[in-house]
Amino acid sequence: MGPAIRIQGLTRRFGSFTAVDDVSFEVQPGEVFGLLGSNGAGKSTVIRMLCGLMRPTAGEARVLGVDVAARPEEVKRGLGYMTQRFSLYEDLTVRQNLTFFGGVYGLRGPALRERAGWAVAMAGLEGREDALARGLPGGWRQRLALACSVLHRPRLLLLDEPTGGVDPISRRRFWELIERMAAEGVTILVTTHSLDEAEHCGRIALMHAGRVVALGSVAELKEVFAGRAVLEVSCPRWLEAMRRLETLEGVGEVSPFGDRLHVVVADPGRARGRIEAALAASGNVPMAIERIVPSLEDVFIHYVETAGGRGGET
Amino acid sequence: MRRIWAVAVKDLRQAARDPFSLLMLLGIPTFMLLLYGYALNFDVRHVRLAVQDLSHSAASRDLVASFLNSTHFDLAAALPAGADLETLTERRQAKAILVIPESFSGDLEAGRRAVVQLILDGTDAGTASTVLGYASALADRFNASLAPGLAGTEPREPLVDYRPRVWFNPELESTQFIVPGLIGFILMLTAVLSTALSVVREKERGTMEQLLVTSLRPGELIAGKMLPYLAISLAATAVILAAARLLFDVVVKGPYLHLFLVVLVYLIGALGLGLLVSSVSHSQSMAFQVGALISMLPAIFLSGFIFPIRSMPAALQAVTYLVPARYFLVIVRGIILKGAGIAPYWPDMLFLVANAALMMGLAWARLTRREA
Repeated sequence: MGPAIRIQGLTRRFGSFTAVDDVSFEVQPGEVFGLLGSNGAGKSTVIRMLCGLMRPTAGEARVLGVDVAARPEEVKRGLGYMTQRFSLYEDLTVRQNLTFFGGVYGLRGPALRERAGWAVAMAGLEGREDALARGLPGGWRQRLALACSVLHRPRLLLLDEPTGGVDPISRRRFWELIERMAAEGVTILVTTHSLDEAEHCGRIALMHAGRVVALGSVAELKEVFAGRAVLEVSCPRWLEAMRRLETLEGVGEVSPFGDRLHVVVADPGRARGRIEAALAASGNVPMAIERIVPSLEDVFIHYVETAGGRGGET
Repeated sequence: MRRIWAVAVKDLRQAARDPFSLLMLLGIPTFMLLLYGYALNFDVRHVRLAVQDLSHSAASRDLVASFLNSTHFDLAAALPAGADLETLTERRQAKAILVIPESFSGDLEAGRRAVVQLILDGTDAGTASTVLGYASALADRFNASLAPGLAGTEPREPLVDYRPRVWFNPELESTQFIVPGLIGFILMLTAVLSTALSVVREKERGTMEQLLVTSLRPGELIAGKMLPYLAISLAATAVILAAARLLFDVVVKGPYLHLFLVVLVYLIGALGLGLLVSSVSHSQSMAFQVGALISMLPAIFLSGFIFPIRSMPAALQAVTYLVPARYFLVIVRGIILKGAGIAPYWPDMLFLVANAALMMGLAWARLTRREA
């Protein structure tokens, strides 16, 4: 069995704007694959091309071995899709939503009842079957949306910002469901701009301005800092300090984290003294300089900055 | 098929959940029937009539009496010779002036054609043409009443000669005439709006995207969307017909099956138009405006519902050939009023079938065309 998703040179332009620029990657069956990037990085456009909602300007997307642009209907049968927008019928009850989506996927009779019952249990909606979807709390609606999108037992699940606007507990519960499905062999592609969520993914592709700037497991991506270290610097005037440190010898990227700075350095021992001296010279004496374990955010910023040239929206 | 059914059941449930839309689809037709039935009454009564009788004869008094004895005219003034007729109408003291020349009775007795003049205040063209119709009918009757007295004379031209431009049957109650037009207009409006709004609502809420990702085919989506609104619109037709019968004694004289067929074909065209409207609209308010505009205006103004097509300027008359309601009206008037079937109206029916096919075809083409 080949890869669940195989994208090669995928490109999508809107007029002169290139939303997705020559993206290539593969996702293996049963994998949880994350597309990570800020708003406007092109993640949703990739997903929309994968499920046949949009045609690529160039390149090819094969889903479950089928060319999406050529045979979208065939792809759709094996696909579940859920968006950041709550894409259920709010004026229908939980049961009516499940009946409808089941019907749309061609289920009926006992098969439909069995799957609907399974979905209610999976989403933890027992006893709420006759509640209007509109009245459900965000996290519940989201689980219902997920349940509706997997009624037909898809082998691939495409999730576009699935946990937007949901409380942390619901979010954790949602990820438990995702991981359970992945364990059952369902391939999952999820977009997110939350770095915490990316940690749930086996592999991630970092997207910036339409391009994949890095791809690998979280651990692999963090290895860019191998042989280097990240220092967290707190000082009274961080903006001034940032400008100063960017020109300092032996210092890599400098990026603000709240009112602190993360500074990538090759030799943490020597850099610490240099930074202290440089800042003290301008009366901006650092309160603390600590070596920290680089987070995914550091990794992300590193890749975006080294990808250079083209600015994202955020 | 079961996918179509799933969509149909879902849309019906949504419609039932939304009392406003149900009210709009079922209640508004009845309301409109009441409104138009009572307010759009073309019958005119108690028109103020001034009479200038220069003949002063028994025959002229008979003619005046025949006008005043009908409920349509009331005597406003008897004018002497040389009265200022213009001021009279300008001051709105009379809507109509009947002028009987001195020679009237002499001409009648001599068997010559007697001419009388009716001056109408044309500021309200609709009323004027109706009044003209009444006058013409009264003149006919007057002619008939003269005939026995002149027996022996061979078949001849009417003695009192009217040549009205608009023929109007004084027995016709205008509600009889209005009901078919009303059905055409209401069905067009509700069918176009309900489908357009239901599709655009899905676009707005993002559920359309969800549907497009499922294995639902466009044809199934269209059929599923149409079925419930077809059913609701047919129910609305039944409501209008029942209300028309109870309130205005409008009885369908022709076969119901034929009426049903015409309504069905007309509705399919209207639903297709609604789908088309939805494909060019991005918001419910836009769909509402576009839908109301392109469905309501032609169905009211260019169908012959209110304004007779023959009295329109030639260019506008040409446009009416593109309005399905025009053909619908001709057939349905035939079925309801004359008791005819579809058969005599096959060219009109053919147009409705072609229109339905075209609308569905366009809607299908628009919906299957994904973003390129």
